[in-house]
Amino acid sequence: MGRNRLVLTLRNHLVHGKPQGLDIQGEIFFLSSCHHTCTSSLYSFFIHFSSCKSSSIFIQMIPQQESDFDHNYLKPYYGKLFPFADIFKWMTYGHDGKHPGCDQSYFGRREFSFTLKGDFYLRFQSFNNALELENSIKEKCPLKIDIGPVYTVDPAKRHAYAQGDNNVFAPVERELIFDIDMTDYDDVRYCCRGADVCLNCWPLMTIAIKVIDTSLRDDFGFKHILWVYSGRRGVHCWVCDGKARRLTNEQRASIADYYRVYKGNENSHKKVSLMGAALHPFLATSYTNVLKDYFEKILLTSQNLLATEERYEKILSMIPDESIASELRGKWQDSRRSSSAKEDINVVRWEQCKQLLQSGKHKAQGLRRCVEEIVFFFTYPRLDMEVSKHMNHLLKAPFCVHPKTGRVCVPIDPNQCDEFDPTTVPTLFQLLEELNNEGLRADVNGEWNGTSLGNAITLFRSSFLEPLQKACKEEIERSYNLKLQQSKNSVGW
Amino acid sequence: MEIVRPQSHRNLFSSNDAVSVPSLPLYRSAPPLEVRLEDFESFAIDRLRVLKGISDGLSRGKKPEEMEKLVKELWKVNMRHQHASEVLNKDIISHFVLRLVYCRTEDLRKWFLSMECALFRYRFRFLTPEAQRAVMDNFDLTCRAVNNVEFESIKEKLGQVARSMGQPSPTVDAIFYKVPFEEVPELVAGRKVFISQGYAYVAMNQVVSLVATLFRSQLSKTLILTNRVAINCCRKWTSSIREQEKHRLTPIVEALSSSYLGPDFSQPREYAEISLKDIDQVAKSSFPLCMRHLFDKLKEDHHLKHGGRMQLGLFLKGVGLNLEDALAFWRAEFSKKVGLEKFEKDYSYNIRHNYGKEGKRTDYTPYSCQKIISSTPGAGDQHGCPYRHFSEENLRAALSRMGVNSRAMEDVMDKVRNRHYQLACTLTFEALHGMTCDAGINHPNQYFSDSQKILQPKKDSSAQNLVTARE
Repeated sequence: MGRNRLVLTLRNHLVHGKPQGLDIQGEIFFLSSCHHTCTSSLYSFFIHFSSCKSSSIFIQMIPQQESDFDHNYLKPYYGKLFPFADIFKWMTYGHDGKHPGCDQSYFGRREFSFTLKGDFYLRFQSFNNALELENSIKEKCPLKIDIGPVYTVDPAKRHAYAQGDNNVFAPVERELIFDIDMTDYDDVRYCCRGADVCLNCWPLMTIAIKVIDTSLRDDFGFKHILWVYSGRRGVHCWVCDGKARRLTNEQRASIADYYRVYKGNENSHKKVSLMGAALHPFLATSYTNVLKDYFEKILLTSQNLLATEERYEKILSMIPDESIASELRGKWQDSRRSSSAKEDINVVRWEQCKQLLQSGKHKAQGLRRCVEEIVFFFTYPRLDMEVSKHMNHLLKAPFCVHPKTGRVCVPIDPNQCDEFDPTTVPTLFQLLEELNNEGLRADVNGEWNGTSLGNAITLFRSSFLEPLQKACKEEIERSYNLKLQQSKNSVGW
Repeated sequence: MEIVRPQSHRNLFSSNDAVSVPSLPLYRSAPPLEVRLEDFESFAIDRLRVLKGISDGLSRGKKPEEMEKLVKELWKVNMRHQHASEVLNKDIISHFVLRLVYCRTEDLRKWFLSMECALFRYRFRFLTPEAQRAVMDNFDLTCRAVNNVEFESIKEKLGQVARSMGQPSPTVDAIFYKVPFEEVPELVAGRKVFISQGYAYVAMNQVVSLVATLFRSQLSKTLILTNRVAINCCRKWTSSIREQEKHRLTPIVEALSSSYLGPDFSQPREYAEISLKDIDQVAKSSFPLCMRHLFDKLKEDHHLKHGGRMQLGLFLKGVGLNLEDALAFWRAEFSKKVGLEKFEKDYSYNIRHNYGKEGKRTDYTPYSCQKIISSTPGAGDQHGCPYRHFSEENLRAALSRMGVNSRAMEDVMDKVRNRHYQLACTLTFEALHGMTCDAGINHPNQYFSDSQKILQPKKDSSAQNLVTARE
């Protein structure tokens, strides 16, 4: 096996809908489903596989790196793969100078910021055209690129305009953004902690995307929404409609608060409180269409939420009626192994819990919404309020590479978000290897086309950029014609 | 507006505001009125009293019902006029004069905008339904009422929203207004409206919020315009106006923007002036729990994070610690941890900033209970309201350190459980001082001054005794 310690990176594979958690790390491509057990010894693990009956198993062993990232590899990434033209097209929002109604200064007033190696931070970078943007990034090779707001004037010239009290340098447009981070869910997931993410807890992100995306469209009427994988443990959302870009801080805060359900810190006890005789339609719809099913059909079992005493006590502590809690505790303490080993213990216990809470026998105060509160606590999206509330908040650009994981921040299709797998997102190494294998091919579409990045960029263009550009052009034309009309009227004979 | 000499009494009146809105003007345009010079100043000062009163009430954390009463009282007392017909004139004139004064800087604009909007909101509530309807007409709202067909299609959702707030479902004849969600941020934030395709459906009893937002955005825009116009006018004014006129008005305008008319603890009372050597003693006897905690932590760690420095620093300023002593106080603590040089470099600037000696030169006011309670201390922070932000365990420990007996402790914890944080603090005060505090605690500096009021007389008398004994 060689002197280097070969470590296999294993991907949790969904077999028959049930996640198979495996401890050893290895990259294995299952071409047919095969049940297996893992052993702690690396060598015996290897032996087990090679003796496995199914002949279609293919094992690829790759040498373990510190992480899938190396700063030197950013140069070829920016050189050949990063989609500069697409980012530029997006950021111009139709103001590309091709229509008389275009605002030529628009792109130049957008702030970018670069995080360079050694923690150097360059803010208020601005560019007049795509080439300047591209050259600057290729030259500086930033570890991270952030996008800020569009200001009243070119950020590079801000000092000239910030005089005394009347600050003329201020943000005028900024996408409505959301940042959802898995660490905010640490108190409801048992499979991972902190920066780790696996397929058992990723559904929490899927839920967040579904709930927020639906509401942004149905409730607020937004249409141009981009969801992006943050590269490690979360997702970002960019709402790019004109209406969204022109929202004030107060309006952004109001939307963030509209979405806020979980409130609390280590000192407080009850973090989800759903009062009232009914749920607000938004919460009710989210519960019925998304939260309930994900909780009951996926998270209950994958997180073993009621399987052990420690875990079920957590849920029991959320029941304000002590008599119900003790009744359930009594049932569960005794039945370690229930008679029917077929049905998952979590499912069984949840049914018992629901029955007691919803039976109507106990009409105690605060019991009315207890079931929903528990479900919301374990599933409802937790947004970072501060990110959304201020126009000047910077957010990482799509298609950056995450320095800790090497993964590219690729777009996520909200309509197919159930199928998104963060563990298969292309990494920097993987992409460069693919490039090498493809040879030097001058593809008119860009060299990403032959790589795993191709799908990501195609998705970005077809589902987001193209409809957005079309809408922007229409808007520019409309307001231009309106201005013409108004000036005609004022001249009028 | 034309400023006339005292002898002239003519008051032309043809503001379109008044015609459509007899009781609540929208101040859309400066009316062609003639104003006597003395009225120019006195009307403005009367209105300023109202606005400052509102500001004071809000910073003391008064609840909406209390604010309503307060506004009614303030308006009645200050904005009346001997001639009933002049009441509206006074209203309009005073607004526009203050607008001229407060449009000049960002901070002044912000303050004026907040107070005028609060005033408008409460006054709107007092209007008769017809008068309210008239205001809404002015904002083109009546045409956005939801028709029956649409109402039927969303009735169930509207019912859900109402019931989620503990209200009954809307009846068939209920009126709802369909407005872009951007116009009702408060209602959106609280999930108090049904929203669909970018429109919020606002119930009649929520219209105040909507109207207030529209008023605010209208006033905000005009304030900035007023500033530009005023700058231009001033240039023309100072160059072309007669010397006499300039000297009459400019001083008045200058004085108005800096006058203060009430206690906001930015000016310390005499008996509360403390010096460096007193601090340890008064901290034990008269600081409320939030400040005591910060003070103790500072002594323990020789450091506080920004939130804590602001909350405690401004409190000490309000209590009477002057800048020199404040610098000495913080220096003594911080230099033990970060060293003298770093203190001078990184921290002393902020202390001077708090006293209005740096940067914008804003003289910051100490935080009220409302502000402290609504703060969100994070990891490593010690500020905030312990009654709200501490766990029961920690709070009990802190209270017993302060000397609260076990019986009082239970009463306090009961209040805390019911989220009456200020009442909990009041009970603590009463337990420690052996006296009732009828007004209730609304401001940490109020706790301090009330405490000193009780303790001081005893202090004075003991000092007296000392003197006589010596003699």
